[in-house]
Amino acid sequence: MLNFVMSYLGSTVTPGQAGNQFWALIYVLIIFAGVSVAVVAMNWIERKALAHFQIRLGPMRVGPHGLLQPIADALKLMLKEDIIPAEADQFVFWVAPLIGLLAAFAVYTVIPFGPSQAVSDMNIGILFMLGVSSLGALGIVVAGWASNSHYPLIGALRSTAQMVSYEVAMGLAVVSAVLMTSLNSTGTGTLSMIGIVQAQQQQGIWFIFKFFPLGLLAFVIFAIAMIAETNRAPFDMAEAESELTAGYHTEYSGLRWSLFMLAEYAAMIAVSSIAVTLWLGGWMRPFPNLLQAPAWQFTFSLFPGLTFLGLAAIAGFGTARMPAHSFFRIQRIGLGVFASLLGSIALLLLLIAVAGRSADTSIAARFSEGIDYVYWFVLKVAIFMYLFIWYRATWPRYRFDQLMRVGWKVLLPISLGVLIATAIVGVIIS
Amino acid sequence: MNPVVNSALNTTIDPGMAPVATPFFFYLLAGLAIAGGVFVITRRNSVHSALALIVTLLSVAGLYLMLYAPFVAATQIIVYAGGIMVLFLFVIMLVNIERVSKERRFNRIWPAGVSAACALMALFVFAFVKGKALFPDRLMTLRESSNTQEIATMLYGERGKMGQYTFGQYTFTFEIASLLLLVAILGAVIMTKKKM
Repeated sequence: MLNFVMSYLGSTVTPGQAGNQFWALIYVLIIFAGVSVAVVAMNWIERKALAHFQIRLGPMRVGPHGLLQPIADALKLMLKEDIIPAEADQFVFWVAPLIGLLAAFAVYTVIPFGPSQAVSDMNIGILFMLGVSSLGALGIVVAGWASNSHYPLIGALRSTAQMVSYEVAMGLAVVSAVLMTSLNSTGTGTLSMIGIVQAQQQQGIWFIFKFFPLGLLAFVIFAIAMIAETNRAPFDMAEAESELTAGYHTEYSGLRWSLFMLAEYAAMIAVSSIAVTLWLGGWMRPFPNLLQAPAWQFTFSLFPGLTFLGLAAIAGFGTARMPAHSFFRIQRIGLGVFASLLGSIALLLLLIAVAGRSADTSIAARFSEGIDYVYWFVLKVAIFMYLFIWYRATWPRYRFDQLMRVGWKVLLPISLGVLIATAIVGVIIS
Repeated sequence: MNPVVNSALNTTIDPGMAPVATPFFFYLLAGLAIAGGVFVITRRNSVHSALALIVTLLSVAGLYLMLYAPFVAATQIIVYAGGIMVLFLFVIMLVNIERVSKERRFNRIWPAGVSAACALMALFVFAFVKGKALFPDRLMTLRESSNTQEIATMLYGERGKMGQYTFGQYTFTFEIASLLLLVAILGAVIMTKKKM
């Protein structure tokens, strides 16, 4: 048993490929915990950022700068009465949030946080991601219908039409990126998520810059379609609060409602990961081929620690700025503890980076490398998550017919054109 | 997911490794598929039928994975479970379910349906009993092997063969199928358009 567990440590493939169920399970647990924490953090950041966009303060009361607000919200949602409307279809109403949640979390099996930092690598990776994330639409549709109420039904119908329409443009944009992976000596492309990033590494260019502006166009189409796919502003027709109260989850409350929220944010992270993998070089740090010298590698491996150090400095600055009144004493202590926690994480990461440099082939070096991969991947995804908030604060909601027009008459023709142009340019070049 | 199947086509596997695609998974998936199928025709509520159909389609996708056909499995999920079933639900939701559930369940041609199903079943049993002898050697050259990589290559050829078949040998069939879809689309446009 112990041999089985230890045998994976020297391996350079994912636990799924190595056939090591133990480490696969560990990875699944880490990813599940990480995504849940990310959703909680995203909840806080979204409320704060939206508030600051609108020159408000946002949550300030629960914990220093409202840091404990998401935890308080989660507790509140769990304790709230869970209402199932009398006229609702009990079983379907019960199962709908689970469908959405399962679909949102199942895609994380193939998301490559690093060349071996994924649960598994499938040779149909990107197809699997698109397919399973499109199952999330079922949860929304079924929820709207089972509520047996007008607004949820309209929200569900809108969401279905929207998701089906934007899936087409999204798929074509993905195909044009997959096409670029076949520009190597053998001429065979790959659908594997890890393979796509490795193809970008071999060709020495992120696909967003490849065949300029074709890669960029495909990326922009995907970036628009993924907002529609996740029902986020400005395409949040399914839950337009001014028209439909809350859309498909109007009748939901308590824990079930929070499952919908969890699924929505998990799906946002998942589609952002697709975009990062396909166009932004996945786990690769900036200029991995150009700045290859050990000194550069060491410099880049300091980034994770420095990031946490920066966060700790911000929290420390907040502690120092707290009013000196005795009302704020507990908050001040709390924020100080938080700052020192971030600081110690930063120190740990810096220590690992230094240890990884001195030891070349040991587990410490591989561990430090792994941290680098995960850091760059998560950083890129985090930028997308911030963009989601930024869009929501900036753009007014589309009208439904405008949404359909953009999907079918603008995005679809452009994505078809980009696909054909990519194919032609690819054939000419190879 | 299951490692043998996932990596069947693009990585080499230690042949001595025990496959995870055990009979247990086959019976589980097959049982789910059959149970879903039975629920599809016995539920009075058509949304429940549609959900049962999704379970069936997903189980069949799992069976494809066990047959070392991950591409077919992914297509099954994207096209049927993801695309077509969502549209099914879309239409069903607009139907008045209470009225439908009071109507008579089976129409008069149910004996024809039963006999067609029995004929199909007989064909399957025949193929199962006869096995390999039914197929010409040219099409089926499968021999016993414990190496999943080898099996996958025998069944589906090298990587990229699928695309070459689709756009090479079988282009005509492929295009005919898309023409059929085009006709259906045109029909839908004509039926929904009020004035020509």
